[in-house]
Amino acid sequence: MALANVLQSESVDFSNYGRKCRGFTSSLYETELGLESVGGDNLSFAVRTACSDGDGSERKIQFLHGTTTLAFKFQHGVIVAVDSRATAGAYIASQTVKKVIEINPYLLGTMAGGAADCSFWERLLARQCRVYELRNKERISVAAASKLLANMVYQYKGMGLSMGTMVCGWDKTGPGLYYVDSEGNRVCGDLFAVGSGSMYAYGIVDSGLKQKDLTVEEACDLGCRAIYQATYRDAYSGGQVNLYHVHSEGWNRVSQSDVLLLHQQYQAEKA
Amino acid sequence: MSYDRAITVFSPDGHLFQVEYAQEAVKKGSTAVGVRGKNVVVLGVEKKTVAKLQDDRTVRKICALDDNVFMAFAGLTADARIVVNRARVECQSHRLTVEDPVTVEYITRFISSIKQRYTQSSGRRPFGISSLIVGFDFDGTPHLYQTDPSGTYHAWKANAIGRSAKTVREFLEKNYKEEHMESDTDTIKLAIRALLEVVQSGGKNIELAIMKRDESMKILVQEEIEEYVTAIEKEKEEAEKQKKKT
Repeated sequence: MALANVLQSESVDFSNYGRKCRGFTSSLYETELGLESVGGDNLSFAVRTACSDGDGSERKIQFLHGTTTLAFKFQHGVIVAVDSRATAGAYIASQTVKKVIEINPYLLGTMAGGAADCSFWERLLARQCRVYELRNKERISVAAASKLLANMVYQYKGMGLSMGTMVCGWDKTGPGLYYVDSEGNRVCGDLFAVGSGSMYAYGIVDSGLKQKDLTVEEACDLGCRAIYQATYRDAYSGGQVNLYHVHSEGWNRVSQSDVLLLHQQYQAEKA
Repeated sequence: MSYDRAITVFSPDGHLFQVEYAQEAVKKGSTAVGVRGKNVVVLGVEKKTVAKLQDDRTVRKICALDDNVFMAFAGLTADARIVVNRARVECQSHRLTVEDPVTVEYITRFISSIKQRYTQSSGRRPFGISSLIVGFDFDGTPHLYQTDPSGTYHAWKANAIGRSAKTVREFLEKNYKEEHMESDTDTIKLAIRALLEVVQSGGKNIELAIMKRDESMKILVQEEIEEYVTAIEKEKEEAEKQKKKT
């Protein structure tokens, strides 16, 4: 299957791009430029998902889009804050989901959308990043890592992947933050919030970031508060707030706070 | 019992004869010399005399691979054209996927991998070229690499390939001085002096390209080369005079 191709061939390896892109003036106008450059043997990637009905229309797999994930750049790096609730319709499947994937000691990826899709592709990204590091004797940049991920999932565009992730890290150009999703978007930015609770989170972070030069503590508190507010109003977000801070030496897990305890703490502060 | 028929066959004493024959082809090519200075990298090639009716602009042996890397080769020009084409595409692919220009080491490794692949597939012969690849990395360090038909590559401070490469290399070993590499003019002069050892009739048959950090490759015009040559000849005369005095 397509998976076997990805794992066995030297896929998304730079040397293959040169080989396939040679003499490609005609295929510039064709859409399969992305497909062509992967897989040493020209197998087509037209794998139809197994869940199509008899009349050809495909049933949609139910994904867990209920979440709030947030990341923003500031003077001392990147803050990554996520909730931990997984829902299937109105049923809360879990309150302790790990939505931050540790790609390597200096790169983090967040998870929104299909949990399996996110964790699988980000682990594949981790493998690719490690190979890059060994080949080139230097760490991969956040731009390159996010590009690799975006290119990997772009080949499966339209086949039902659901993934909205933020690739966060620190490389030689400073803090890096990219939003990558299964539609093929890849955007660089200073602040992203993804998921059903993202609007609430944006509200808090946008007003909190007005003041320049946050300290690490202030930034962590802001991230925490933003996720808390989202869990307060959004039914599909909740559980705990997992907070990470990415700095020049790598990332570290700052805190894991239960939302109910946070609620009581903030209520007490208000009084 | 000849072991040079097919490329994929080792000889009993461990030689890949096709690769060695390819290296012989390289030795027949016109000389190329490369010098790595502190702030400038220089490549010089021996320009073969062109026929009267031939337009000499079509015989370019120094090729830019990207804004920060360029190379010269010795050996079969047609083979070099293929390698240069692939390397140029790879430089752009790298920029597309990694959003950074290639490092000199990366593109050298890529070219060497291509060459090695051709020493291990059936029905193909190795590329009959050695190349000198120079440039600056993203962080400003200069590099000079040499590749050969077997697919190995090494970094050098100064090197020569092609006809009379040995003579030129010995000259470079004798005259390469670390302190001189600080100055751009001295680095360029060293390259020209090395080429003058083996090229007949002086500056007219030399083609030189230089790249300073954060600038693109510059091919020197004939007048500039003549300037350096006259300066070098003056220095030689002075050195002779000094010798005669003492």
